[in-house]
Amino acid sequence: MADATAVSSRVGIQQDNALRTVRRGLALSPEITQGLGWTLTLAIVATAGRVIVPITVQQTIDRGLNAPGGADIGFVRSMLVAAVIAIAVTVVAAYQMNYRLFRASETGLATLRSKAFRHVHDLSVLTQNTESRGSLVARVTTDVDTISRFVQWGGLMMVISIGQLLLATVIMAVYSWQLTLLVWACFLPLFLALRFFQKLLSGAYLAVRERLGAMLGAISEAVVGAQAVRAYSIEGRTQRRIDDAIEAHRMSATRAQKLVAFTFSSGEIVAGIANAAVVVVGVLLGIAGDITLGRLVAFLFLVTLFIAPVQVGTEVLNEAQNAIAGWRRVLGVLDTPADVADPPDGVVLAPGPIGIRFDRVSYAYPDGPTVLKDVSVEIAPKSRVAVVGETGSGKTTFAKLLTRLMDPAGGTVLLGGHDLRTIGFESLRERVIMVPQEGFLFDDTLAANLRFASPGADDATLRGALRELGLAGWADSLANGLETQVGQRGESLSAGERQLVALVRAYLADPDVLVLDEATSAVDPATEVRLARALAGVTRGRTSVTIAHRLSTAEAADEVLVFDNGVLAERGPHRELVRRGGVYAGMHAAWVSSSG
Amino acid sequence: MTKRGDQATLREGFRIIGRALRNEPLTLGLAIVGSAVYGLMTVATAAVIGRVTDEVVVPAFEEGRTTSGALWLASLAIVGAAVFKAAGIVVRRYFAGLGQYRLNARYRREVSRKYLQLPLSWHHRHPTGRLLSTANADVEMSFWPIAPLPFALGVLVMLAFALVSMFIADPILAAVGMIVFPAILILNYIYQRRLSPLATRAQALRGDVSAVAHESFDGALVVKSMGRESAETERFTRVANDLRDSLVRVGRIRGAFDPVMDAIPNIGILVVLAVGATRVAEGSLAAGTVVQVAYLLTITAFPVRAIGFVLGELPSAVVSWRRVQAVRSATGSLDYGPDELPSGGGPAELSVRGVGYSYVDDTPVLEDVNLDVASGRTVAVVGPTGSGKSTLASVLIRLVDPDTGAVLIDGVDLRGLQHASVAGSAALVFQQAFIFNDTVRDNVALDLDATDADVWSALDLAQAGGFIRDLDGALDAVIGERGTTLSGGQRQRLALARALVRRPRLLVLDDATSAVDPEVERRILAGLRDAALPSTVVVVAYRRATISLADEVVYVENGRILARGTHEELLGASPGYAELITAYERDAAVRESEPVTEVADG
Repeated sequence: MADATAVSSRVGIQQDNALRTVRRGLALSPEITQGLGWTLTLAIVATAGRVIVPITVQQTIDRGLNAPGGADIGFVRSMLVAAVIAIAVTVVAAYQMNYRLFRASETGLATLRSKAFRHVHDLSVLTQNTESRGSLVARVTTDVDTISRFVQWGGLMMVISIGQLLLATVIMAVYSWQLTLLVWACFLPLFLALRFFQKLLSGAYLAVRERLGAMLGAISEAVVGAQAVRAYSIEGRTQRRIDDAIEAHRMSATRAQKLVAFTFSSGEIVAGIANAAVVVVGVLLGIAGDITLGRLVAFLFLVTLFIAPVQVGTEVLNEAQNAIAGWRRVLGVLDTPADVADPPDGVVLAPGPIGIRFDRVSYAYPDGPTVLKDVSVEIAPKSRVAVVGETGSGKTTFAKLLTRLMDPAGGTVLLGGHDLRTIGFESLRERVIMVPQEGFLFDDTLAANLRFASPGADDATLRGALRELGLAGWADSLANGLETQVGQRGESLSAGERQLVALVRAYLADPDVLVLDEATSAVDPATEVRLARALAGVTRGRTSVTIAHRLSTAEAADEVLVFDNGVLAERGPHRELVRRGGVYAGMHAAWVSSSG
Repeated sequence: MTKRGDQATLREGFRIIGRALRNEPLTLGLAIVGSAVYGLMTVATAAVIGRVTDEVVVPAFEEGRTTSGALWLASLAIVGAAVFKAAGIVVRRYFAGLGQYRLNARYRREVSRKYLQLPLSWHHRHPTGRLLSTANADVEMSFWPIAPLPFALGVLVMLAFALVSMFIADPILAAVGMIVFPAILILNYIYQRRLSPLATRAQALRGDVSAVAHESFDGALVVKSMGRESAETERFTRVANDLRDSLVRVGRIRGAFDPVMDAIPNIGILVVLAVGATRVAEGSLAAGTVVQVAYLLTITAFPVRAIGFVLGELPSAVVSWRRVQAVRSATGSLDYGPDELPSGGGPAELSVRGVGYSYVDDTPVLEDVNLDVASGRTVAVVGPTGSGKSTLASVLIRLVDPDTGAVLIDGVDLRGLQHASVAGSAALVFQQAFIFNDTVRDNVALDLDATDADVWSALDLAQAGGFIRDLDGALDAVIGERGTTLSGGQRQRLALARALVRRPRLLVLDDATSAVDPEVERRILAGLRDAALPSTVVVVAYRRATISLADEVVYVENGRILARGTHEELLGASPGYAELITAYERDAAVRESEPVTEVADG
């Protein structure tokens, strides 16, 4: 069936190596790195403070309390004052650093959220439809959250740790280059192994994210499909599906945790081996006369300075994996091409009525059947055209190509003489409005929903529009008139009422080309006829294309386009087509028998 | 925040921890043991290196020689301590994670169970994005403190060790050092008090961000076709920026808490040194004792920091847990009775008595609706858009209970029936079909034990067999959000098959073929008539063909039944019905009589 589109053009996951991912991620949120220099300086002060405070305490004890010839109270007092100052400086520096990090990261990530959000809306309808809502939502919410956790703590710790590692190496080398080499020899295999662990962790976290998406999808069925679940009393079945998804997610998270636990502990064992090796080799070196006792004892202390950042580093690795997985998914959205894109320096349509021309247009869904074949048709400005055909005949595809929700696979659609792909979106969407069959409503008041495409319209304008379309009585019958809350997805209103809202919306937008895609399919006949007449009045002087399954619409049109199996089978005024006795005549006969 | 509120926050936080420990005693217990081993080994490692220095390294340097035995022993001791320490880490990390994920899974199951139980009216009041955020992020945040919890509890061993040693060394100095603990409590009190309202706000905004994204992506087609991408991005950016500001405010408090928490043990040491030094000067204390107490106090810094991790996460956890609790404690599920409808048998007898319903107070959607449908009859419900037909349809199969009156099937009040008893006898097909992310077979059969032949015959009857056979995999093809997408008309036909495969004794069609071509609809209706289903049918429709299928027509306006009778009777008796049903013909007639002027116009 032509309307069934195969899964395709999915939103991807970016596949670069970790470093490139982070670099690109940071480039997308420039706020994170702005002023990082000062933040790093504060971080160094705060970290140094952690070392200085114990040293001050040590000095107070060694040279004050344990001073040769009894405790030197004066020295103790002055050292304590120095220590208090050191603590105060450390606290202030650490606070400033934390605050700056929070501010920079949250600002940067808010920007990233908005960028990704915008890009989701820029994706083609086709791509949007192949991705689950939950997964798209996750990319601007939880995926970004994992990044923030890393940036606010792990990222900086990683930078500081590497700095501390290098510093410790230099000081150690001053004391004994042989032992320094030894320590590095112990840790080098670990560093190499970490790359391997990182790959494993990366895969594990990717699996966790995927299972999370599936879990959210399953839970959303209980929420979005609440009505269907109750109608069929399939609470048990739905629950089983949710339980399975929750369990799959839990298993993958546990698997990742197992890897984390082993990775994290490997640093401890290596530290033990390094300590032991330093003792053994240090003693042997000492016996050979290559190192003094004092230097060896000092070196043992320095090794702990070297080990601490390694341990922090393995800890951070875990968070980094999470963050990179999150970044990859957000970048994946941004990297998915918006194949139906706003052209740079797009044409602005000249004011006045607009004509439409399809020039040998074909369309096929990616990896799917051809749904529109070589269609050439000209729709004169100001004419009212009805498009009819069976489900899957290509009529909805025709509407989507005409409004540039999709681009043709072959041929050209021209609007006012311009290739549709060269027209700027701002101009296009202002002049061409499509009302889809399912008029989506936002969880807000009726007035806010009517105002969707024309935010400037005041209540008087809204009332005027409702009156023009003969819907004032309907709006007044609602609980709070214009201020009635329409509920989630407009579910407090019936399907027919939602279509009324969508129509008023389009009417208010005042387009030059109005495309109605079965926009009144759920509205009662009397209201539909009234609407059609009102719309005929207001669309006079404009171009209108109506996709209809009720042939009453076709009867009233200037011209009827009949689609059959992806080709434009017939065209002409209603009466002429009925006389011709072709596809349309058959459809009309069926319609008359069903409505008459 | 009132003072009582702050204490409540902390108490609630501890209650979450208590709940976690009760729910996961084994995993979290093991993690705590692992952490205790780690804590002990941390102290032990320092001791081992100290002894190795004293007994192996120093003698070797003094004597200029050593034995390989001594070196082996020293290495073994150091590596051994490290291995135990590492084992402690593995056990703590693994089991803490295991416990945390099991808790997450447990409460996610509970929350989603609740979603399935709560009535539709509750669902209408709660945004989808918010509910998903509760099942996902709120549950996760609630048990976020569980990850560092075993660490904090395990290293209490270190704290105990240090405290006992301190008191043995010098009770007075130990007592001075103990000022660290009230200081920590006060700091935490201030922290919880300042952070709690900010964290509440941040969590609420997190939900808002998710809700806006969900709604906006849901309405992507409308957003795109009306060119509102920029306005929607602005709307999203507004909540994203509110969240940002809120998180930065949280960050300001957290950013101050952590360094101050770190500083407290250090200040304690300084106080001990100051007091100690004075007493040493007075001659009432040995310098060595001061040094020892000061050293022991440095050991407490470690567990205190770990406890800080847990306490720091508590306010956010409490806020999230409140949202989880709000779902867990939400009431209003439909109550079920003990009665059962006979399975099988003939078509149901439907009786609607004085039914009234309103979504909003004082604005009734249905008022005093009375309707009897005899077994096997087909009744068409006709009325203008927004007249209450869909609400009536959902009352008939007890999607909602009427505010007044009752609906009876075979004389039994629906409210007296067992769960699933209504669904076993009656099926409602909506205008907007919900498709599960599943195979065609499972979308039709759901939990019914239906053979493939049953599924195919239902699909064929719904005129869906053709396009399903064309799908790659046919009955096994996955459809829905993550699979093949179907058109509106195809979805409706699939939903119809879902109802038909159950051979319902009462079939309610709520404009269920509105997106289907007239020709296809005609075949469906013909099939329904010829299939001789054992069904009583209530059909909400506008189309003449659908109405002509009915034995009787009910005309509804403004939530009331205004007329009932055969189609011909109503044409004469009900002006509203006549106007509605003849709209197309009158329109065509008007057009016939008009000269063709439109084209020339403008």
